[in-house]
This record gives sequence, structure tokens and C-alpha cells, in this order.
Amino acid sequence: MIRRRWGQVLGMLRGLSVTFRVLFRPPVTTTYPDEKTRVEERFKGRHWLTRYADGLERCIGCELCVIVCPSQAIFVQAAENTPEHQVSRGERYAADFQINMLRCIFCGFCEEACPTGAIVLGHDYELAGYTRASMIYTKPMLTEPYPGAGGRDPHREI
Amino acid sequence: MRVELLDQEQPDRTGEEEIKRGVLFTTLEKMLNWARSSSLWPATFGLACCAIEMMATAASRFDLARFGAEVFRASPRQADLMIVSGRVSKKMAPVLRRIYDQMPEPKWVIAMGACASCGGIFNDYAIVQGVDKIVPVDVYVPGCPPRPEQLIHGIMLLQQKIAKERHRPEDLVHLPWRRQGA
Repeated sequence: MIRRRWGQVLGMLRGLSVTFRVLFRPPVTTTYPDEKTRVEERFKGRHWLTRYADGLERCIGCELCVIVCPSQAIFVQAAENTPEHQVSRGERYAADFQINMLRCIFCGFCEEACPTGAIVLGHDYELAGYTRASMIYTKPMLTEPYPGAGGRDPHREI
Repeated sequence: MRVELLDQEQPDRTGEEEIKRGVLFTTLEKMLNWARSSSLWPATFGLACCAIEMMATAASRFDLARFGAEVFRASPRQADLMIVSGRVSKKMAPVLRRIYDQMPEPKWVIAMGACASCGGIFNDYAIVQGVDKIVPVDVYVPGCPPRPEQLIHGIMLLQQKIAKERHRPEDLVHLPWRRQGA
């Protein structure tokens, strides 16, 4: 009888030892809004339309990303480059480029399909908004303000 | 020694609009908004994979309790925020609407993830193309599923929205002899 009780007390103490061990550990809670969580290198977040180091846009308006997108979130309107108005290196460029951020599932298929490495998925993840219309990102919002702003090397091949 | 007082332009606060709203209620309004925004109790309404991230947000690592929103209520009567996390099928739509109707005012809705926001990849016959076709949505959180940080960011946006809400004086003071809508 006493032996059995002693066994129960021992079991309880063994269980509580875990509690006491954890008690003195630092808390695991992140301080998110104050300190942004660092994401991994290959994290897929907000899209960027990147540029070459000379400032020319990489997108050639081939619409491969539109075809491959599983949620049909991308819209591309291509236009011809002219010698006076050279936007990209190829024959065509994207006159309009829209991504519906709500439809997008951040799978990265567009990044894989892109023959020039124009569209990349960056590290931004704070994307919430108040309206559906505000979540459709247009070309001025998606294009890098300067080469390398999206976090990728502008000298890379693809 | 004479000190010249500069004629500072004061913003005209004695407008007719302001008097109609009631001067007394400006700070009360602020306090009410503060109280509401920092005690958002979400209804437990997990529909799909986004619910896993929602649970992670409430768990110790991301700890939604830091924003006063830790108590996920099982009853919609005790909740004032509905986080629609996951795809809403057409069969689920009336249930969602019913739970929304059962929640007491004031109430807010967050559409979490691509499916709840606009259907996501499920552009087909079975899925409601956006939960805002059934209930009014306040904040849309993109992602498939969104990180817990993204959901926290959405909740913070909602708190900012609540902090800016304006009330009529008769809404702030609830007089017992005054019927709602009378």
C-alpha cells in the first residue's frame, strides 16, 4: 500500500520536474510587431518585377507566368519595344502587369516559369488590406524602384 | 518687456457637425474604441488548412494574447471577431452566415487566406468566390496559408480600423427606455 503511494508521488514529481525545467527557460514567444521575424532565404512572399543592372526591365511580356499560374492571379498586357522606347531587352515588354495578391497562393511557379527571371518572390509578408481592389498589385507597385530592390542580384543570369 | 502673442490659427472645432455629434462623446468614443480593439475575441471557426496557422497564432510562439485576442470562443454569442480561415463551400455558406448573425454587435470579420478572400485556386462550382459574398469583410489577409505574422498584421490593421470608428451619441449611451432602431 505505502509502496504504491510512494510510486505515485514519485511519478508526480517526475512529471513536475519537466514543469520546473521549462519554468526557467526563456520564453519562446516572438515579439513580432516590434521585431520582424526573419524569414528563410527561399521564403516566397510578395512579388517583384526585377530589372537588369542597367535599369532595363527583365520582363519580356511572354505571359508564361499567366499560363502556369494555378490560381490565374496574373494579368499581362504586352507591347512592342521600339528603338526610341526600349523598356526591356527583348522585342516586347509588359505594358501592364497585375497580380491579384488575394488569389495568389505564393507557390512560386511564375518564378520558375519565367525565362528571364523577371518575376521573383521576395521576403515581404505583411500584405493584409481593407479592400479587394487594393490587393490587386499593378505594374508600378510590382516593378523594382531600382535594380536589386527586390533582394536579388541584378547581375544574375536568370 | 512686451511679448507679442502670435495669432495662432485654431482649427474650427465649433462646427455644426461637431455639435451634432456631441462634444462630450469624443473622448468616450476613443475609450470605447480602445476597449473594443484591444479585446477582440475571435469565434472558433476553422474551415481548412488556414485554421492550423490560426491555431499556431494563438499558441505560445506567436501568442495572440499579446493583442487581447487569445480567447477563441466556442459560442458565437461571446465572440466579436470571426476569422474565416479556409475555403467556404457553397454548402457551408448558410452555416457561416448563421454564425455571423448569431454574433452580437459590434462584430468584425477577417477573411484569412486566398480561399476565404476570393476563392483562391478553387475557381469552381463548389467554393464561394470570396466570403464577402455572404458577410461583410473588414480585413483581407492574403497567403496560402498566411504566416501567423500575416494574421497578426491583419488583426493589427483591424485594430487600427476599429480605433478610427465613429459613433452616434445615441449608440454610445444605451438608454433602457429606448428601443433599438426607434
